[in-house]
Amino acid sequence: MREKSGSLMGHLARQGVSRRAFLRYCASLATLLALPPGSGRALAAALATAARPSVIWLPFQECTGCTESITRSHSPTLEGLIFDAISLDYSETLMAAAGHQAEEALHNAMRAGGYLLIVDGAVPLGRDGAYSCIAGRSNLDLLKEAAAGAGAIVAMGSCAAFGGLPHARPNPTGAVSISEVVKDKPIVNIPGCPPIPVVMTGVLAHYLTFGTLPELDKLGRPRVFYGETIHDRCYRRPFYDQGKFAKSFDDEGARNGWCLFELGCKGPVTHNACATAKWNNGTSWPVESGHGCLGCSEPDFWDGGGFYKALSMPADPLKVAGKAAVAGAAVGVAVSFVNRVKKNAAKSSHETATLADLEKSS
Amino acid sequence: MTDIQLLTWARGQGLDLAVAAFLFAVFWRLIEIYSLGRKQDLAAPRLVAGASGWHTVLRRSLPPAGMLKRSPVSYFGGYLFHLGLAMVVLLFAPHIKLIESLTGVSWPGLPSQFIDLATVVTLAALVVVLVDRMTKPVKRYLSTSGDWLAWLVTFLPVLTGWLAVRHLLLPYPTMLTVHILSAELLLVMLPFTKLFHAFTTFGSRWYNGTVNGHKGVAI
Amino acid sequence: MNASLDKGVRVLKEMIDAPIASYFASCVHCGLCAEACLFYTETGDPKYTPIHKLAPMRRLYEQEYTLLGRLKKWLGISPPVTDSELGAWQELVYNSCTLCGRCSAVCPVGNDIVYMVRKFREGMAVAGHAPAGVIEATRRTIDLGSPMGVKLHAVKAQMKHVEEETGIAVPLDVEGAEYMVQLSSMEIINFPEYLSAVARIMQQAGKTWTLCSTGFEATNAGIQIGVSDLARTIVMRIVEGAERLKVKTVISPECGHAYTAIRWEGPNLIGRPFTFRVQHIVEVLDEFRAQGLLKTQGMETDRLTFHDPCQLARRGGVIEPQRNLMRMVAKHFVELPEAGLMNWCCGGGGGVSANEEADALRLTAFKRKQSQLEAVHPDRLVTACAVCRTTIEEGLEHYQMKLPVIGLTELIAAHLTAPAAGGPEGG
Repeated sequence: MREKSGSLMGHLARQGVSRRAFLRYCASLATLLALPPGSGRALAAALATAARPSVIWLPFQECTGCTESITRSHSPTLEGLIFDAISLDYSETLMAAAGHQAEEALHNAMRAGGYLLIVDGAVPLGRDGAYSCIAGRSNLDLLKEAAAGAGAIVAMGSCAAFGGLPHARPNPTGAVSISEVVKDKPIVNIPGCPPIPVVMTGVLAHYLTFGTLPELDKLGRPRVFYGETIHDRCYRRPFYDQGKFAKSFDDEGARNGWCLFELGCKGPVTHNACATAKWNNGTSWPVESGHGCLGCSEPDFWDGGGFYKALSMPADPLKVAGKAAVAGAAVGVAVSFVNRVKKNAAKSSHETATLADLEKSS
Repeated sequence: MTDIQLLTWARGQGLDLAVAAFLFAVFWRLIEIYSLGRKQDLAAPRLVAGASGWHTVLRRSLPPAGMLKRSPVSYFGGYLFHLGLAMVVLLFAPHIKLIESLTGVSWPGLPSQFIDLATVVTLAALVVVLVDRMTKPVKRYLSTSGDWLAWLVTFLPVLTGWLAVRHLLLPYPTMLTVHILSAELLLVMLPFTKLFHAFTTFGSRWYNGTVNGHKGVAI
Repeated sequence: MNASLDKGVRVLKEMIDAPIASYFASCVHCGLCAEACLFYTETGDPKYTPIHKLAPMRRLYEQEYTLLGRLKKWLGISPPVTDSELGAWQELVYNSCTLCGRCSAVCPVGNDIVYMVRKFREGMAVAGHAPAGVIEATRRTIDLGSPMGVKLHAVKAQMKHVEEETGIAVPLDVEGAEYMVQLSSMEIINFPEYLSAVARIMQQAGKTWTLCSTGFEATNAGIQIGVSDLARTIVMRIVEGAERLKVKTVISPECGHAYTAIRWEGPNLIGRPFTFRVQHIVEVLDEFRAQGLLKTQGMETDRLTFHDPCQLARRGGVIEPQRNLMRMVAKHFVELPEAGLMNWCCGGGGGVSANEEADALRLTAFKRKQSQLEAVHPDRLVTACAVCRTTIEEGLEHYQMKLPVIGLTELIAAHLTAPAAGGPEGG
């Protein structure tokens, strides 16, 4: 796809990007990554002289939305620079080659080893993996083969991170996440449906600079982007605290920008950077546009009860409750019959009390 | 299970099971109790305005003459936490949404800061009545493990709900799950503890008022 | 000598009904019933908490009539009620309960505790766990006609005394009289002025009345001990007499439980409504007053207060009439604190005054009445129940309080205008 040789700085200069612009980008990226002061320079130095590592991108049971999201920031913005800093040796969507030539590129990259493996989409296990195949081979096989030689794996998007949409009830294809298949390599999950572009590039930049993955939470997500909930950074939080909720879309509360809790916003339980980093280069994000957070960076958000069901509402309609009431009434009636028999027996065996009954014989 | 999956379970299947167990037990127990029936009173009644079962259902919520000063904590503490519970359960917007989804009925709520205040007052009142139960001779004498358990399953949902809204102690998804589970525990235990008085108080007051109202006593 | 635990349990199984089940399910152990009960407030001993008196009955109810209770019994988690347990409860059910009903008036969840105690006594009694004194009073009533052994000849002696004193003939067994007057043994023996007063009031009101030779005794020890079968036998004497003499109204005298026995329990004991009316003498007098048939003159000038007998006021529904009558003849009528519906018991009702084992406790409990009186410091106390009278007099003597106690009927009668010759309208 691209030449493995040449430094990033040279490449940027040819593109007309000044050194000052590059340094500014590195500084803002360092801030986003919550790195200590001065890291911007370290980042710049590393990126400028970095050899461009090999990156293989394997798409599995996915909708290509993650790729779309990443490439949205391709040009003229700065995220695209990262693509110049890596050697994206295999990407079905982006590569020019196809068919045997594409397969050859993949095998060449894998032979070298130590590459960064990016995966989007879930892996179906049903019917021995037949539900999703590329060039006649199941995703499961492809993943195991690619993972064996990888230095680290990036599970891009909620499908790769947690199983995503294919994994949603009733999961007919037996879809699972990458981390359920690969157990022996470092994996970073970057969930989101799709993830925010700068989250992806920030993680890559960290890897390029330090050679390691950033600090992860217990779900394998970079803590710097997924450490806080949407709710904790939401600009509409004061309305939540006051109990001012929009009751329906486009009602007065909605137009006043009130909290969307009642309209199903999952902000309180969703960890992501949407409220701060926002989308489309900081243009807006779902809540700001008037729609509640779907919770798309959390596992099983598709099965979370419904996007328009508030967190305090039942996730599913009650199924057993009505029958239970009838069953309870039946038990009550049964007991009442037994009680009636017992009481009647006591009444009919009543012996009229006499004075002799007031004292015991001994 | 991740905490978000546990939350979804608590909101979904957990709630279904808890409500089912609750309804099962409530119908069973109510019929078990009231089907025993009552013999008709053959004495000629004395009809006095204000002396009836229905009047007592309402009137018995007020302290009878001389009782307030004999046990102020019982009355004030009791009123505070009952009214507080009612406010928090029925006038907090997220709870109203829950009720609406289960029954179709809804009504406006109070500003969340008021609910927050009501919650704190309710928690304090519950602690006060607990201490009262532990220290006053009659209450201590009467109390069984059932009393302590009833207090706990009532206190926990209020406490955990407040902690969840306030984002204290545990991460919000976990705290919310704990809150929902504690409310489900309350539902399951209610019909089998003295908390069942939530249903039977009305019947008891009615019988009392009717038997005495028959004699013209507005009790 | 047939009392047994088995009998007691069988009777209790009959007694338990929906109200009782509802009450047990509702109790939240708040202890407010104790704060309303003079046996707790004056002793500070929590075992006298009213709802606690019912503990064995509660367990029996759960084990017999609830699914879970039966399961617990089967698993051995819930022990069955034993004879010794009932024995231990005798003090709680009889010595320290006058059936005054104050507990029922205050329970916040609406429990009618006195209703339950009354029913619990049914089982306790035939299990052999009623106090000796109450058993004896019942025996005398069944065998001799009255708890104090007063027989017809004693009544006739009093009739003669009244005739001599008032010049009014006391009617006996007069068919078709409007009123049939009952007497309590206590009145026949201790307060004979009652009969004189009634004679004079009836004459002024121009009403026909009679005593009944086979059913003159108003008191009903069966109600005190709590055995409906025996209470029925006793009350039937009155019912049979009233029906035989075809009277319109039976008057219950200045007694508490006698009113409860005939007015409220009577029809339920015999299984059918009465064909005649029942009124307490206080109700009769107030009715006469309202109809202008009761003419009085002059007023008592000292400070008088009124003690509401529990069975008349809170348990009987007669609260205002006595006040109307007091205001007729008392210039300075002051109310006790918490008078009327919430009046404190004298401590002698419900069989307690007949129970020697309860004497010491009764006198301790009397401190409640004492503090009520001291709050008002009356010159004299008026009441309308003979047992209240004697219980209060004994209590006053024990605490060395000087306070005369009189009955309301005699007080009214003392102020009757002199009867005009020839009839009520004069002339």
